Amino acid sequence: MSNIGSYDERLRDFDWGIAGDVLGWRDGEILNIGAICSDRVCERGGGDKTALIWEGFGERRASYTFRDLKRLSNAFAKHLVDLGLEPGDRICIFMDKIPSLYFSFLGILKMGGIAQPLFSAFGEESLEVRLASAGTRAVLTTAKHVKKVRRIRDRLPSLERVIVVDGDEKKLREGESFFDVEAAPPVEEFDVYRSGPETPSVLHYTSGTTGQPKGALHVHGSIWAQALSTSWVLDLGEDDIYWCTADPGWVTGTSYGIIGPWALGATQCVLDSGFTASRWYQFIQDNRVTVWYSAPTAIRSLMREGTGSVGKFDLSSLRHLASVGEPLNAEAVIWSEEAYGLPFHDTFWQTETGAIMISNYPGMSIKPGSMGKTFPGITGTVLDLKTHEPIREPGKVGLIAFRPGWPSMFRAYWEQPDIYRSKFVGAAADAEPDALRTDPDVWYVSGDRASIDKDGYYWFVGRDDDVINTGGHLVGPFEIESALIEHEAIAEAAAVGKPDDVNMEVVKAFVMLNPGYEATGDLELDIMNFIRKRLSPLAMPQEIEFRDKLPKTRSGKILRRYLRALEWGEEVGDLSTLEDD
Amino acid sequence: MAEIKDVVLEYVIDEYVDEDDDVEVTFDTPLISSGLVDSFSMVSLKAFLEKKYEIRLPDEEATPEAFDTVNSIVALVQKHVEP
Repeated sequence: MSNIGSYDERLRDFDWGIAGDVLGWRDGEILNIGAICSDRVCERGGGDKTALIWEGFGERRASYTFRDLKRLSNAFAKHLVDLGLEPGDRICIFMDKIPSLYFSFLGILKMGGIAQPLFSAFGEESLEVRLASAGTRAVLTTAKHVKKVRRIRDRLPSLERVIVVDGDEKKLREGESFFDVEAAPPVEEFDVYRSGPETPSVLHYTSGTTGQPKGALHVHGSIWAQALSTSWVLDLGEDDIYWCTADPGWVTGTSYGIIGPWALGATQCVLDSGFTASRWYQFIQDNRVTVWYSAPTAIRSLMREGTGSVGKFDLSSLRHLASVGEPLNAEAVIWSEEAYGLPFHDTFWQTETGAIMISNYPGMSIKPGSMGKTFPGITGTVLDLKTHEPIREPGKVGLIAFRPGWPSMFRAYWEQPDIYRSKFVGAAADAEPDALRTDPDVWYVSGDRASIDKDGYYWFVGRDDDVINTGGHLVGPFEIESALIEHEAIAEAAAVGKPDDVNMEVVKAFVMLNPGYEATGDLELDIMNFIRKRLSPLAMPQEIEFRDKLPKTRSGKILRRYLRALEWGEEVGDLSTLEDD
Repeated sequence: MAEIKDVVLEYVIDEYVDEDDDVEVTFDTPLISSGLVDSFSMVSLKAFLEKKYEIRLPDEEATPEAFDTVNSIVALVQKHVEP
């Protein structure tokens, strides 16, 4: 019997207080995510239970109990306080998926800081934009990645501390400090910051259609939704070994790679190694993984390898599979049932929602290709594209929208209240963010289009904007275009998504060259690598088309949707604003 | 004409290894499985090989396993290069 039991019964009886029941919450406990995920598990008798099984490249392996998690996160918390960092400070974690990432994340929360994990493959430009926006006061990083921080540090006046957690202390430069948490004296007890449900906790940057990425701010109260959805959607129990493949630089890796599972006292394993099918299957076999939460891009890569690879490993421990990041195509659901004996359950949510909003549930029929149904407690709909009224007609496409007020809803875009307000249909032009969060008359729009069938299942259609979803990660075209025109050869640029069998879409750039430059294969490769290093491998255009001119409106705005429609073989829509050619 | 393996090794070092890194990359150094080259970055490496040797590497052969070392990349390239 699954944790959720009957979905329909849960809908009828729902109250967010159920999350407290699932956690065994008592009045008077401190609502601090860092402590809930470590200290509290120990207090409830789980100190000796394995919390984290970690494997890295080259046979490196380590295992930590919840008591270790408590001590090591305490050590980070104490160290940060000793350095003068304070509650509310934005503290970035810029590391590969090493154990210190997890300990420091909890440690930052324990001292009341705002954790700002960033994907370690980000180039210095991507890193700088996010640190500057947040006014980040400290970065925790590794010997491998500190050089990126060094190259931008002079342009970050708020950045006071650069703390390197591994490597050779003697190689540090002025203004950097060293902290190897496992070599430091153990810290048995730490006076945890008395956070409350509205205390800021995590800042995750996410890309949009316009402008640079925005910081979605979350609060400690998000844990109610994360813990409950971990229990009901991922079905984690006492004896499970859980593997979430997501990097904590992205929200899946924190909400479901740290917070949800450890709040429930579950054992989880982390693989810090490049993707190969054999390595992943070996990991599942060796650790007897029972619940696996991964991404459609990875699943499609595994599909490419075929079921032959699966047969070489013992994956019989698996009992429940779920996916996240982009829509899971029907073929992948059917294939996983053939390959693993279990279907992947698609889940839908975003950086801004903090937790799963629409999902397929254990025990509920999966319609392959469907996102599933709304999580109990979430009021969802699709809004008419023109009128923004809820659509009643099954199968009609509209904007996915949710009534605000769920516990893990983002509380702000960092210092951008206007953009925050723009995410709410029906909001007054001067509405304050606090008011929007509880306004029963507005809808939060996700930026995606879908339809709802007669049984209440959602069916994803596509983004409603120009954001590119590649490999389950959102990249913003503006950020890519801004970087492209920094290349000496490029005068103008447009970035759109083009279809890809594995990644759903990948970035394609259209560029107009400066005089004196020729469109050659070498230049294309040079531009690809230029973006890969400055922004990230995700943002790297996988194809560049050179054009004499880019399509623009009469007001000079590049018509991305026209270029995108061409790539996808879609109708190009109204071209009346197109500049005459 | 430089040997394929030397060309590939040099390209990998130039493009994927930072000058401050302590990493030593040899013909057998795991590239993908070590995280030195991730699956998205593999695309630019594939593009380099296709342009350099005027070949087309089918997607089903350009797998993370095939790209995991310089030696395995060379084997893949040689399979498609005109003798």
